[in-house]
Amino acid sequence: MDFVDSASESLALSAKIVVAGGFGVGKTTFVNSLSEVAPINTEAWMTEAGSGTDPVYPDSSKVTTTVAMDFGRITLHPDFLLYLFGTPGQARFWFMWDDLSRGALGAVVLVDTRRIEQSFAAINYFEHDSDLPFVVAVNKFDGRLEHDLDEVRQALALSPQIPLLTCDARERASTVDTLDALAEHAMGFARV
Amino acid sequence: MARAESREESGVPVQGNNNDRVRPFVIVGGRTRARYHLLVETLVSAVASESGTGGLSPEAAAVYEAARGRPSIAELSSQVGLPLGVVRVLLGDLAADELVIIHPTSSSLRNDLETLRRVRDGLRRLRV
Repeated sequence: MDFVDSASESLALSAKIVVAGGFGVGKTTFVNSLSEVAPINTEAWMTEAGSGTDPVYPDSSKVTTTVAMDFGRITLHPDFLLYLFGTPGQARFWFMWDDLSRGALGAVVLVDTRRIEQSFAAINYFEHDSDLPFVVAVNKFDGRLEHDLDEVRQALALSPQIPLLTCDARERASTVDTLDALAEHAMGFARV
Repeated sequence: MARAESREESGVPVQGNNNDRVRPFVIVGGRTRARYHLLVETLVSAVASESGTGGLSPEAAAVYEAARGRPSIAELSSQVGLPLGVVRVLLGDLAADELVIIHPTSSSLRNDLETLRRVRDGLRRLRV
């Protein structure tokens, strides 16, 4: 692509889905199963931490921290791109969540039943601190589900109206199904 | 736009021309969105400029060059190695100078059934 002529350039549309969950629950695998681009170097991103929300650094404009941030792109149509953004897991990067979530179509919270507590914070965030539609997906590590979904819902204290499903983060067909379920769920909140 | 308004004020009829047709999103959409609503997934395009990048700071010139590929802000930030916040400001200025086009995001259509349907249908095509 090259410079465009402003008089003839047609507008493209982009949308975003957030992939959340704690450390080690499969966010990177999930995003990479769908993305048509290699993971991008996000080292530069965190240097903008100038909002003063991180008390560890009094002058946070000088913070230059590398944080792993999962990022994926899916071309749904040449002029319609869907981006996936994984939320940084570490608590001190929580101020990034609002920025990443702003304007998103919805969120997928990934859960690993072997370390279910890793995803409590993400579920709390989307239940109470955000108005984004979200679904919770239990990642079947090694293709197995260790607990049935009712048990998981109870353990997560998840409201009955939040969809809870299983997925295999390694399998594109499965991650597509998960995003599809989110789109369907979000359509329930949509204006006609 | 400024020129069109001054012509209006001076009583000279404004001709419908290409410039007038383009300006609403370059100026209103572009400039305001650039300053207040640049999301990580917002796409930008560099606009061909006769004056080139001579007057731009090196950072702004780098952002302008990188915008040739219609990247998202996130990709652009990574590509030029500048923090998101800096890239947002530079793009705001470039948009104000009509050097980049800021494309719309679905956030302006949030909860819009048609957008979600397009996403769902697009995802379903990925399955095959």
